[in-house]
Amino acid sequence: MTTALHNSPTVPALGEGARAAPPAGALAWLSGGLTAALGAVGVALGLSVIFGEPRQLRIGWLLPLVGVRLDLDPLGGLFLVATGAVSIAVGIYAVGYAQRERWARFPLAILPLFVAGMLLVPAAGSITTFLVSWELMAAVSLFLVLSEHRREAVRSAGVFYAIMTQLGFASILLALVVLSAAAGGDAFSTISAHVHDLSSGTKTTVFLLTLMGFGSKAGLLPLHAWLPRAHTEAPSPVSALMSAAMVNMGIYGIIRIDLQLLGPGPNWWGLTLMIIGALSAVFGVLQASVATDLKRLLAYSTTENMGLITLSLGAAILLRSSGAPTVAAIALTAALLHLLSHAAFKTLAFLAAGSVLAATGLRDLDKLGGLARRMPVTTVMFGIAALGASGLPLGAGFVSEWLMLQSLIHSPADGNTTLALAMPLSVGAVALTTGLGIAAMVKAFGVGFLARPRSAAAEAAQEAPASMLTGMTLAAAACAVFAVAPALLGPTLRQVLAVLPTVGGHAAGPQLGTFLRLPGVGGSLSPGLLAAALIIAVLLTLGLSRWGARHRPAAAMAPLWASGADTLSSRMQYTATSFAEPLQRVFDNVLRPDIDVEVTHFAESQYLVEKVTFRSRLADPVEQRLYTPVIRAVNAVAEWVRGAHTGSVHLYLAYGATGLLIVLLVTR
Amino acid sequence: MAAALQVVAVLAGAPLVMGGMRQVRARLEGRAGGGIGQPYRDLRKLLRKQQITPQGTTVVFALAPAVAAGSTLLIAAIVPLIALGSPLDSAADLFGVVGLLFLGTVALTLAALDTGTAFGGMGSSREITIAALVEPTILLAVFALSIPAHSANLAAIVSAAMQNPGQVFSPGSVLAFVALVIVTLAETGRLPVDNPSTHLEVTMIHPAMVLEYAGPKLAVVEWASGMRLTVLLALLANLFLPWGVAATDPSALGVLLGLAAITVKVAVLASVLAAGEVFIAKLRLFRVPELLAGSFLLALLAVTASSFLATTTQ
Repeated sequence: MTTALHNSPTVPALGEGARAAPPAGALAWLSGGLTAALGAVGVALGLSVIFGEPRQLRIGWLLPLVGVRLDLDPLGGLFLVATGAVSIAVGIYAVGYAQRERWARFPLAILPLFVAGMLLVPAAGSITTFLVSWELMAAVSLFLVLSEHRREAVRSAGVFYAIMTQLGFASILLALVVLSAAAGGDAFSTISAHVHDLSSGTKTTVFLLTLMGFGSKAGLLPLHAWLPRAHTEAPSPVSALMSAAMVNMGIYGIIRIDLQLLGPGPNWWGLTLMIIGALSAVFGVLQASVATDLKRLLAYSTTENMGLITLSLGAAILLRSSGAPTVAAIALTAALLHLLSHAAFKTLAFLAAGSVLAATGLRDLDKLGGLARRMPVTTVMFGIAALGASGLPLGAGFVSEWLMLQSLIHSPADGNTTLALAMPLSVGAVALTTGLGIAAMVKAFGVGFLARPRSAAAEAAQEAPASMLTGMTLAAAACAVFAVAPALLGPTLRQVLAVLPTVGGHAAGPQLGTFLRLPGVGGSLSPGLLAAALIIAVLLTLGLSRWGARHRPAAAMAPLWASGADTLSSRMQYTATSFAEPLQRVFDNVLRPDIDVEVTHFAESQYLVEKVTFRSRLADPVEQRLYTPVIRAVNAVAEWVRGAHTGSVHLYLAYGATGLLIVLLVTR
Repeated sequence: MAAALQVVAVLAGAPLVMGGMRQVRARLEGRAGGGIGQPYRDLRKLLRKQQITPQGTTVVFALAPAVAAGSTLLIAAIVPLIALGSPLDSAADLFGVVGLLFLGTVALTLAALDTGTAFGGMGSSREITIAALVEPTILLAVFALSIPAHSANLAAIVSAAMQNPGQVFSPGSVLAFVALVIVTLAETGRLPVDNPSTHLEVTMIHPAMVLEYAGPKLAVVEWASGMRLTVLLALLANLFLPWGVAATDPSALGVLLGLAAITVKVAVLASVLAAGEVFIAKLRLFRVPELLAGSFLLALLAVTASSFLATTTQ
């Protein structure tokens, strides 16, 4: 794939002068503080819109012809709150991170701009404003990804990200231009009023194009390839912002344009979303479960979770059109709640991974380990995030995945064959995703943080500074709310659902009290009570195991069993690669690992082995199958076009003149 | 009250189930066996031993047995084993119970990784692979069970089965039962997935994970795995054959009857399981996914069968 990148322009040199001098603490405080402050504004504004009147703002002079138009409604408000909350945690974290990691001045300075771009997207009230803020978000994030552009991997990730995000933008641009031309207006409110006049062909075109554009931003299959690169190579606070806030914008686009403006769509829209969602979820989690790079694992987990959300959105459309608005409302609530809880635990996970990366310089799980004793707070933080990502009780993702499953099993049984087949398969996909997600997170936490260090760098790790820990603590508190008290989010979600009537939003949604109750269908859950009962049960067990303590000799320490060897070396431990080996073998046909085993024998005898070389490489099969041919074709075309570039100035002038003439003729 | 009795019954009865199963196996294999009460004596011995902490392990290793046992006890308090209407019934449905089950599994796998020994890693890697593949089957079986009851809450499922006993023999129910039996075997580490009495480390799954535990902690681990087996067998029995389960707010007699019924059901199931284990060998590790894929297919058929049947009867 790197061959394809030769023709691309070289990456602009960012902050060349700044690198010589490390950024002053002042800039870190300013930038981090501004990011957090913008986040706080986002949260406040979002909440005021959700619980108050919709707000509007027009700035005519800012953009030529149409002006800037901001319309805030509860749906936009929800995304403002999510983005803002992530930004607060990341902003505080960035203060310490920038100083410890000597983050270059330019990317540090534009960090608040990225947050501003992301806050503008859900606030946009017209297509022009939406596209401009979208592009602001995309462009600034590209510069942030390129923070450490001296490394080859970062440049490659940057090119990948730039191409995919701009292709996605082009697709969205085309879709929205078609939509605006057909509906005769630029503002979302105008389009919404005229949407009934649109032909189904126009709607389908817009749906497919936006699905492609927004899907690539959300990291859905098959346009997910930028995610494991950009998230991995970007500085960790940026990874957190991208993975927990920016990818949400893809989901926001799908909800706003496809579900709200164009909805209610036909059944096959729902099915398409469900299939793409299920494939993304299973593929993402499978890649995560065999990944050995900590941040790559988290990036694939983002694809997984966005897939689950998309699956739920699709289910909501399908259920709504099958005459089950209450169940559709459960699916929609599940999608929104999962989006929020994913933002919380993924922020925390990336920030904790960043703290590990800052302390050890390592992302490779095969070289980490033993951090529990060296970085106890970071370990606890990552543990909370991993518990949330694995969807187990007491974790942040449990309630939303529970709602998701409830919406899938309570589909109406009225002879609808589509539902009768789609729902069980979706339950299977969600269940496999959860199962493999547990495996991926046990690997990340167990191999990365527990046991003994597998390298000198991990051995020398030291705990992160206070501001980084504060940022993580905020995200962890949010995780705790999602895990045991989702009731706090009940009123917010009700307000948001009310503006989404096309997907069953007007129906009575699930009641998120101490007990979650689902109206119309039998189902209840009390995460808080469950957590309390579990703690009591564990304490009870601890108490019971004191039985017989009077007879015991004094407690002692003993060395671990070294399988018969003298001492236990860290090389005897399972690594992330070996931990995932059984799964890799089970899913051999999907993952297609590239494994080489070379055995060198002694010259004297064929039966004595001198050394064994083992090399295993896991490439993304979708990338290999789908991207390589496309890149090859683009390269071939580029090669062909190069024939016209002879270097003659006269010829270039002639091209220019011809081009101008053609334009004049066409627009005559 | 009944819920508290359930917890106590599971706590006290789990070693009996283990002892009974070992004794059945021993007799069928022509050995004298250690007697039904042997697990109690083992536990007493272990609980009186010295508390030994392996060097370099963290709090994860120390707390994991308690989490595994505690989550199982909580399941025992939630599910309707003796009587319906546990105070925690509406706090967690069958999905919640499955989640608690996996929480226990994850605690022990993390503890095994925490030791940093070769066998710990090996055991936890295998255990988590099997758990990941078991999850789809369990949730689909839950789905199949929830279709007739229109709810995944355990009390609703069990009382629906009580009101309509013939439904037990419906194709969906039978398929779901077989699927659940397979995953119960996998989750409790029984043959043919794992051999609970193996002494060959290379073939171990669960025993490899807990190799570093000794004394009182090992007692909790053993107790927890016994309770897990007991609770799952009892749940399996009551989901499909809910005869004798006392109603909400039961009388003392109802509770006694319920206790007797569940004791008989678990005894029968455990004996059948133990007798069956005599005749089968452990599967190769990489044949296990095929078994689980088979059970997944059964569960999928169960769901489609029940939903299509539900469709046609309406």
